Amino acid sequence: MRAVPAPCAGRASARPDRGRMTSSQKPAPASVPPGAIEAEGLVKRYGDTTALAGLDLIVPPGNVWGLLGPNGAGKTTVVRILSTLLRPDSGRASICGADVLRRPGRVRELIGLTGQFAAVDEALTGFENLLLVARLLELPGRRARERAGELLDRFGLSEAGGRLVRTYSGGMRRRLDVAASLLGTPSVLFLDEPTTGLDPRSRGDVWDLVRGLAADGTTVLLTTQYLEEADRLSHGISVIDHGRVVETGTPAQLKARVGRQTIELRPVDRGRVDDAEEIVAHVTGAAAVRDREGWLVSAALPVGGRAGAVLAEVAARLETAGIEVAEIGVRLATLDEVFLALTGHDEPVEAGR
Amino acid sequence: MNATRAARHGVTLGWRNIAKFRHTPDQLLDILLMPITFVVMFVFLFGNAVSGDWHAYLRFVIPGIAVQALMFAMLGGALALNADMREGIHDRFRSLPIARSAPLVGHILGDCLKYVLSVVLVFAFGAALGFRFGGGALAVAGAAGLLMAFALATCWIGVLIGVAARNAETVQALSLVLIFPLTFGSNVFVPAEKLPGWLQAWVRINPVSQVTDAVRALTLGLPAGGSVPASLLWSAGIAAVFAPAAVLLYRRRG
Repeated sequence: MRAVPAPCAGRASARPDRGRMTSSQKPAPASVPPGAIEAEGLVKRYGDTTALAGLDLIVPPGNVWGLLGPNGAGKTTVVRILSTLLRPDSGRASICGADVLRRPGRVRELIGLTGQFAAVDEALTGFENLLLVARLLELPGRRARERAGELLDRFGLSEAGGRLVRTYSGGMRRRLDVAASLLGTPSVLFLDEPTTGLDPRSRGDVWDLVRGLAADGTTVLLTTQYLEEADRLSHGISVIDHGRVVETGTPAQLKARVGRQTIELRPVDRGRVDDAEEIVAHVTGAAAVRDREGWLVSAALPVGGRAGAVLAEVAARLETAGIEVAEIGVRLATLDEVFLALTGHDEPVEAGR
Repeated sequence: MNATRAARHGVTLGWRNIAKFRHTPDQLLDILLMPITFVVMFVFLFGNAVSGDWHAYLRFVIPGIAVQALMFAMLGGALALNADMREGIHDRFRSLPIARSAPLVGHILGDCLKYVLSVVLVFAFGAALGFRFGGGALAVAGAAGLLMAFALATCWIGVLIGVAARNAETVQALSLVLIFPLTFGSNVFVPAEKLPGWLQAWVRINPVSQVTDAVRALTLGLPAGGSVPASLLWSAGIAAVFAPAAVLLYRRRG
């Protein structure tokens, strides 16, 4: 019988407290040995295309880690290497200390994988899908049935359990898929774009699920092109582009470190937007932009500039020009802006609301 | 990974394929309908023309249609394997701590059920129309053994196609390119003597002809001649070439 894998050590202490994280704090201690996921110098080429160009990644146990990048950045390749499906051309990687190349059997006992495409059998019922995996994991007959039932319950699929998966909605399939990857109580779960193609409500369900797993101490590596998703769920984020990590940190750290502060204001009278824009551009020395509605004016603050001083000067000039403002303030960059700054690409797909 | 565990994983995945038939009998219908159609079509449409008497033709054609049914069952197996390899489910299996061979073993076990069912159905349908076994129980058992040996050999061709092809259309095309010359360019429907000379050369060496000859002789109680060892040799030869090739490609792809 397959033993339930012990979670990697030290998961509770290693988890950063994102609520109190400030920009002055260092990233989550990466020195906790061994990291639930460790990758060093991963390289993978397909002909002339370089999918990974020396990727490094360390995920402390018990963390939800977002792997964020545009299409083709190499996210799926990383997941496939870490889950033993693909051999890297060079570099090394380990899961809870087990090397993915030298001990793939051990790694497979430690991980659960939910790939980009639902890995469930449409011609079987939901229950049978889970039973199949339970049997492959060599749970004894009755235990396998119990475990399959438990997971159906947990994922709100009890009633649909006897139906063929063919009749399931996209969200139900995704939940079943995640349930199947959790049958073996993995220490490390890979979720490769788990919400791509889901409606907003199903997306919310998957988010709740990830939070629940994290609360149980499971390490989750989540790839996504949705910034909002990474922002909401992750303790840490690695932004990857062209096959390497271009920045790592908590969402707050990334915003503070990479994105510049932004001043934003909205005049009461929409007719004064042009004037407001001129003032903001003049004070910040940066191009001012408007939101989609064409009413909210914003501009990046100068690097090293003092936000208070800029804000005061803008306010004073607005007052002189007689422009009443409905709202005004300085905020950190959004993750979208961080992403743009890091990758130089267009922002990835915006999450559906 | 020891052999017992690997076997257990393989059997579990075989169970999966059998559970699938249970839910989607239409999938099974595909394999079963084809031979019935062929029996009806050939016996009643061409029977009189070829043999002058459809009863005589029925006895002649049933063993060959059983062989042909195996080839179509192989196509079905190749399609199912191909679908698994392309879709996420194969990655799921590979990310589990199970034997690498298990998905393949599971497929072949599932296919075996289809092979047995399609052969039994052809003979049962033939019997309902008046086909009678003339060779005694031992000979019939021998015929069954030859058919299964041939099925297990050709299923590796199906595995190779299923693993190699990029999509279902390619599986279909490759399989049909293989199945048509093998089954129609054989003595399944028309005795070799009645074919044009240039075709006879191919028909006589065709493995499907050899197996058909042997099964025909054993089920009807006729002298089998060299066809029994010839069909066994063919089966062994096909397996010897295609099983390693299929496994090699499966390991590389999968």
